[in-house]
Amino acid sequence: MRRMQQIVAAAGIGLLALTGAGYEAAAQVKIGAVLSVTGPASFLGDPEKKTLEMYVDAINAKGGVNGQKLQLVIYDDGGDANAARTFATRLVEEDKIVAMVGGTTTGATLAMIPVFEEAQIPFISLAGAIQIIQPVRKWVFKTPHTDKMACEKIFGDLKARKMTTVALISGTDAFGKSMRDQCVGVAPAKGITIAHEETYGPRDSDMTPQLTNIRNKAGVQAVINPGFGQGPAIVTRNYRQLGITVPLYQSHGVASKQYIDLAGPAAEGVRLPAAALLVADKLPEKDPQKKVVVDYSRIYREKTGQAVSTFGGHAYDGLMILVGAMQRAKSADKAKVRDEIEKTKGYVGTGGIVTMSPTDHMGLDLSAFRMLEIKKGDWTLLN
Amino acid sequence: MARLIDSRYTPLVAVVFVALALPLIFPSPFYYRIGALVFIFALAVIGLNLLMGFAGQVSLGHAGFLGIGAYAVAIGPTHLGLPSWFCIFAGAGASALVAYVVGQPILRLKGHYLAVATLGFGLMIAIVLTNEAGWTGGPDGMSVPRLVLFGWPVHGSKAWYWVAAGTLAVGVALALNLIDSPSGRALQAIHDSEVAALVLGVRVARKKLGVFVISAVYASVAGSYLALLNGHITPDLAGFMRSIELVAMVVLGGMGSIFGSLVGAGVLVVLPQALTGFHDYEHMALGLIVMGFMILLRRGIVPTLGAALAGRAP
Repeated sequence: MRRMQQIVAAAGIGLLALTGAGYEAAAQVKIGAVLSVTGPASFLGDPEKKTLEMYVDAINAKGGVNGQKLQLVIYDDGGDANAARTFATRLVEEDKIVAMVGGTTTGATLAMIPVFEEAQIPFISLAGAIQIIQPVRKWVFKTPHTDKMACEKIFGDLKARKMTTVALISGTDAFGKSMRDQCVGVAPAKGITIAHEETYGPRDSDMTPQLTNIRNKAGVQAVINPGFGQGPAIVTRNYRQLGITVPLYQSHGVASKQYIDLAGPAAEGVRLPAAALLVADKLPEKDPQKKVVVDYSRIYREKTGQAVSTFGGHAYDGLMILVGAMQRAKSADKAKVRDEIEKTKGYVGTGGIVTMSPTDHMGLDLSAFRMLEIKKGDWTLLN
Repeated sequence: MARLIDSRYTPLVAVVFVALALPLIFPSPFYYRIGALVFIFALAVIGLNLLMGFAGQVSLGHAGFLGIGAYAVAIGPTHLGLPSWFCIFAGAGASALVAYVVGQPILRLKGHYLAVATLGFGLMIAIVLTNEAGWTGGPDGMSVPRLVLFGWPVHGSKAWYWVAAGTLAVGVALALNLIDSPSGRALQAIHDSEVAALVLGVRVARKKLGVFVISAVYASVAGSYLALLNGHITPDLAGFMRSIELVAMVVLGGMGSIFGSLVGAGVLVVLPQALTGFHDYEHMALGLIVMGFMILLRRGIVPTLGAALAGRAP
């Protein structure tokens, strides 16, 4: 019995000691990333990881930043906020990173914020929700546009079409829920009345009953569907089956080719706000983002053999904003880099043109979103 | 000393010793966090082991109780203005009540049916936590106010390391006491044969329900600690994968072994950290190691090694 305990105790201590084995000492600038490379959010985390690795290699090949090479330390949280928090602690305490780009999901980001705030390390999140930057936290920034902006973009388009009364049908997943709340919150200020609301579960396979309720509601001039994944495609098909004639708006959550494939001809005429990256080839030559998005799409496709997604673009923007700040600060000092990130002005990225300020740690405006309409099974750019 | 080590309180002595000794070799505060996580998960695993290893009842929904405990310390202070320490107890009480009510019907089920019923229960808790966004913050989770004990804010990995270690020691002592009591022996009788236990006059249904409630309280306290340590919680804490993780810790460490619970939790918390060096293959490596353990040490790490050493001993 006693010997067994000794063996087990020794094994346990050995395992603990092993955790320190991975870390190398080098006179490089360490940049940390905790991404959901596996698990339910891997479709976000995987392109983010590939993008960061690709561009850190490219930067190092050109001699690094301020003469120092970058070293990227990536951990995979598997979509688990608790694991994200543990890895964040590890990046701070063990790896001694200078800055952090990452945090794939809103939950993981919110769980990690206290770690970086306390350690005073600049943290550029790649997650969507507005809670990350509101209230403004000194060390926390983010690159993706918020759901609120998508709502405002849709409402702006509705106003242009002289429509004011809408119905919402939203998914109960994190994305649908968050965007629904933002749309409801911003609607009064934009003069939009939400006459009716329906929801569906993320795995529901038929939304006909909810849409029938919406059809029977008098005065609805348009329908908005905040949602993610296959739900919106089913909504779109059911929508046409029921013969509803008012315009249907989708969100940036379905801004991928898969949505058009899943919804088929039913997607004809659907409008949605999306980042410029999605329509890189269709942007007019004089568009300021044209060069950035075309280059990023081409390089990503060449290196990975996969189609580009906006999520990888967020990681690209995060890394470039950080590198820009380090170059302006002429050092890898955490506080100086943070100050320079906050002073980012007119950075042209895949997500839009970023101008940060002490009160705005995202720095995007509505021009970051383009209104698209699906015509003949492809995106077309509306003005 | 020898008598102390050989006594039934060996696991307790081991916990105290390990908890006191580990900080001597910790190179950075990060290790305190890992230590605290091991202790917190060990607490939940001990509770589940009482249910699985001693009473022979499986639960695939135990993370649900972890979730109740975690959200109690988040919702109580935020929405109701209750002190955090009180909410740990309130959460444990709520978990006990839920376990009591839910346990009445579902503990009548056996084998796969019980597994599926507990699975459904765990999923229900996770769905409620996800959908009641007004209270729980929905899928993005909510932040957890800090615990303040006697004017002293319990904050940081180091403080939680000691709090978790102390609680684990108490948890281990209570569990050992229970096992050695008539109730504990009755539970083991149920494990071996329900019919035989019934014939011997053991009130099977009541004992099963009792241990289900106790295991729920263990998980709930662990959940509260985890939430307070992290400062932010998301519903995946109560998810199916977490339940499976808890069961895996029980089985890996050894069913029916309190010491095994500690080892199981230790291995499955520390391994993912140790394996990050494998980069893209870490999940494969983790799977292979766990499979290897189960093939070579079939009854779990501690019971198998214990038997092997006892067999060789003179």
